[in-house]
Amino acid sequence: MNTDLIYIMRHEFVLAFVAVLILITDIFTRPDKKKKIRTMSIVLFAVVTAVGFVPAKTGVLFGGMYESDGIRLMMKNILNIGVLLIFIQSHNWLGHTDYKEKISEFYVITLFTLMGMNFLISSGDFLMFYIGIELATIPIASLAAYDKIRNKSAEAGIKLILSSALSSGIMLWGISMIYGTTGSVYFSDITAQMGNNSLQVLAFIFIFAGIAFKISLVPFHLWAADVYEGSPVTVTSYLSVISKGAAVFIFTIVLYTVFRSIAYLWKDVIYITAILTMTIGNLFAIRQKNLKRFLAFSSISQAGYILLGVISGTQLGMTSVVYYILVYIFSNLGAFGVISVVSAMTGKESMDDYDGMYKTNPGLSLIMTLSLFSLAGIPPVAGFFGKFFLFTAAAQQGYYILVIIAVLNTIISLYYYLLIVKAMFINSNEQPISTFKSDFYTKLGLLICVAGIVMTGFASMIFEYIRTLSFGL
Amino acid sequence: MNLSLLVLIPVLTITAMLFCKDYKQIRVTAAIGMGIQLLLAITLLILYILQRKAGNSAEMLFYQTHIWYESLNIRYTVGVDGISIAMIMLTSIVVITGIFASWEVKDQAKEFFISLILLSTGVFGFFISLDLFTMFLFYELAVIPMYLLIGIWGSGPKEYAAMKLTLMLMGASAILLVGLLGIYLNSSPGGNHLTFNILEISKVHIPITAQRFFFPLTFVGFGVLGALFPLHTWSPDGHSSAPTAVSMLHAGVLMKLGGYGCFRVAMFLMPEAASEFSTFFLVLTTISVVYGAFGAIMQKDLKYINAYSSVSHCGLVLFALLMMNRTAMNGAIIQMISHGLMTALFFALIGMIYGRTHTRMINEMGGLMKVIPFLAVCYVIAGLASLGLPGLSGFVAEMTIFFGAFQHTDTFHRVATLVATASIVITAVYILRVVGILLLGPIKNDHFLHLKDARWYEKFSTVALISAIAFIGIAPYFLSSLINASLKPIIDRISMLQIF
Repeated sequence: MNTDLIYIMRHEFVLAFVAVLILITDIFTRPDKKKKIRTMSIVLFAVVTAVGFVPAKTGVLFGGMYESDGIRLMMKNILNIGVLLIFIQSHNWLGHTDYKEKISEFYVITLFTLMGMNFLISSGDFLMFYIGIELATIPIASLAAYDKIRNKSAEAGIKLILSSALSSGIMLWGISMIYGTTGSVYFSDITAQMGNNSLQVLAFIFIFAGIAFKISLVPFHLWAADVYEGSPVTVTSYLSVISKGAAVFIFTIVLYTVFRSIAYLWKDVIYITAILTMTIGNLFAIRQKNLKRFLAFSSISQAGYILLGVISGTQLGMTSVVYYILVYIFSNLGAFGVISVVSAMTGKESMDDYDGMYKTNPGLSLIMTLSLFSLAGIPPVAGFFGKFFLFTAAAQQGYYILVIIAVLNTIISLYYYLLIVKAMFINSNEQPISTFKSDFYTKLGLLICVAGIVMTGFASMIFEYIRTLSFGL
Repeated sequence: MNLSLLVLIPVLTITAMLFCKDYKQIRVTAAIGMGIQLLLAITLLILYILQRKAGNSAEMLFYQTHIWYESLNIRYTVGVDGISIAMIMLTSIVVITGIFASWEVKDQAKEFFISLILLSTGVFGFFISLDLFTMFLFYELAVIPMYLLIGIWGSGPKEYAAMKLTLMLMGASAILLVGLLGIYLNSSPGGNHLTFNILEISKVHIPITAQRFFFPLTFVGFGVLGALFPLHTWSPDGHSSAPTAVSMLHAGVLMKLGGYGCFRVAMFLMPEAASEFSTFFLVLTTISVVYGAFGAIMQKDLKYINAYSSVSHCGLVLFALLMMNRTAMNGAIIQMISHGLMTALFFALIGMIYGRTHTRMINEMGGLMKVIPFLAVCYVIAGLASLGLPGLSGFVAEMTIFFGAFQHTDTFHRVATLVATASIVITAVYILRVVGILLLGPIKNDHFLHLKDARWYEKFSTVALISAIAFIGIAPYFLSSLINASLKPIIDRISMLQIF
């Protein structure tokens, strides 16, 4: 039994071990050597990511509180890849003297939130679900305020913690209603007892609101832009990619299992939410000049597309959602990686600053273009395949109108993505961003992103493998 | 022959160009790569004819299929018939002449030629694809480099034009995607063997209710690229702002993707809905034909004149397709080829004239025949081909189209045909007007006295195009027999329905 526990919860155990190891190393490291922790963390986490792909035992623990199966392991591995990329990208940024004292904090906090997300994905009852979601959210607020000398960063932290506390409260209320009507918090028990009870419907709406807040679906998105803008770039990418990805994963699982019997209801809810999220996210993104705010709104609209996979309720739907998150990790981190290195080197974060960047930094401009094209869903890069599968999943269930709205939205998004391409390639600038050489880790991080963007679409076995693990309603 | 070579060679050319140092090496590499591509296309044509002579009656030759996404039955399927071979020939001629026409591009030459060849990769891939998924993938690949090509190397309001063109074409392709998904999801009666393969879908009957919903989406999606009124507005702005080679490729080849897609996908796979909607779309295309021609009369900028004339001529392609009989459709394909060559020649010449005079306004120029006779004569030939002089390709195409269109005995089709024939006269007006003002008469500007006539690469480019135009004009049977056999399955499918 005990060994089973270790095998089944391997992801969480390894993460906890690494986090504690970093914490202890930090204590025994002299202040002038602390920069070495960065390399150590990256290497350790690379090992964690690799170990994640070793076939693991699946099963149920603690009487159903914790569940682990193929698709959940896959989800955790995808998140691991994303976090590894973020660690690599943060290497340069953490080298700044301001952060000398708190380098290890960044890694430890990130790892603990990741552990929370792993528990969240593996949750088999609402208790574990709630603990996971809190563990995944509260420490992020301290990360958002990591740069606390800057007012905006501190503001981002407090905004995140206040609004997420509110959303958690609402969700907890919904969970209590579920418990009240079914007498259980276990997913398997609840599934059997969900019906037309109006209190259960209300409970679903509350829980939906709570998760929608994490994914920043419209109308629960208002916190996103300010928090994204205020936080350090690395934390913003963590929030918009990993945190959102984990929430989408558990959202899909919960909808497909716990709320299976009220699918007719949640499909309507998601239908409307998807339209609102795509459209409003896109329309607001057009007006943004700050690149972090810009990507915040663009990632809101991306969440809207993901809902097209969720709404289908089929095996293909879940596959396309998981696959899209993988593609989205590469594309968005590619874009954030460029913004991060430019911001670290020159402190510039506005779209106008990127004018004429191709002349001075062709490599970075090309990577940015590739990432943006992938986000916009232009072939032959991976984003196209991701979007195509999402749309296929929705169209297969007859949601053609929704698909038409989604494709029209992709054109709006193409417009504003092209604005950045235009700035870099076409606009001229008297003081363009000066030419600089990126360090090894920046290059490595961007290279992995580019490889992911280019290869994921062509390598069909990734999609097929995810499909064998997925399930439908 | 392995058709994937047609995609592989442009990709290899791009790879080779990455290692080039200066603009001279780059343009030579591009020319060599696309020269090989042209030879390949010619080999393909010969092999195709030999195979047909030997009695191979398969619908598509050189057919190949590889599984890609197994669970969705997405495949990489390629194959060609006479029509796609004609298109591939057209593309390879226009691409190589385009490269010679932009021989003098020195500003960011590497990026320019790479984007140009990337664009042509998409076009070649589109014409060999038989799988809707890969077809769509190549289609978008052909559209997106346009943004940078126009935005960076264009002239005039280039940023506006680039954005307008890209958004309109990508918007159309987005609509198209829904149409293709609809075809895919209805491609199997039981829903168990969904497929993107055109040949397999053509054997099943898509439910008429589905056709009514998806046909307009697919037809408009492709039609926008074929300058379907009122969604043609990207064309004048885009073509006039684009650099020479890009205008050539875009008007000459890319607009044909629209017409090709319209019949190979929309009409071939959904014939009932096509016949139901044909009246509506015929009205639109007739407007395209006449309106485009009138638009050209009013313009003062050479490129705008030609862009509007393209709207008119490409409208004629869709017009002929919607007539849905053998003669008219045959004419439509010839018109695609003929217009592709003709308009490429026009844009090449305009680029060469503009490079010398630094203006494209016709009223600022005059008497060019005296100073640059070679280019001027070429311009006259292009103009004559465009207004349908016998002996050149335009005559063959328009003659076949109107002959086929008039075979319908009902009033509506006949009136539409009569209205559309008016375009021939209007075309003559604007062509002759331009020739008169631009080439004849006194020289208006002293600076023009010192203009130099065509260089060797310019001569190559124009002579190649003119020979192709004359070849079709003199020996039209070669082309039409190539097309005719391949049109048979499409015509059979339509006539099977006993529509007309």
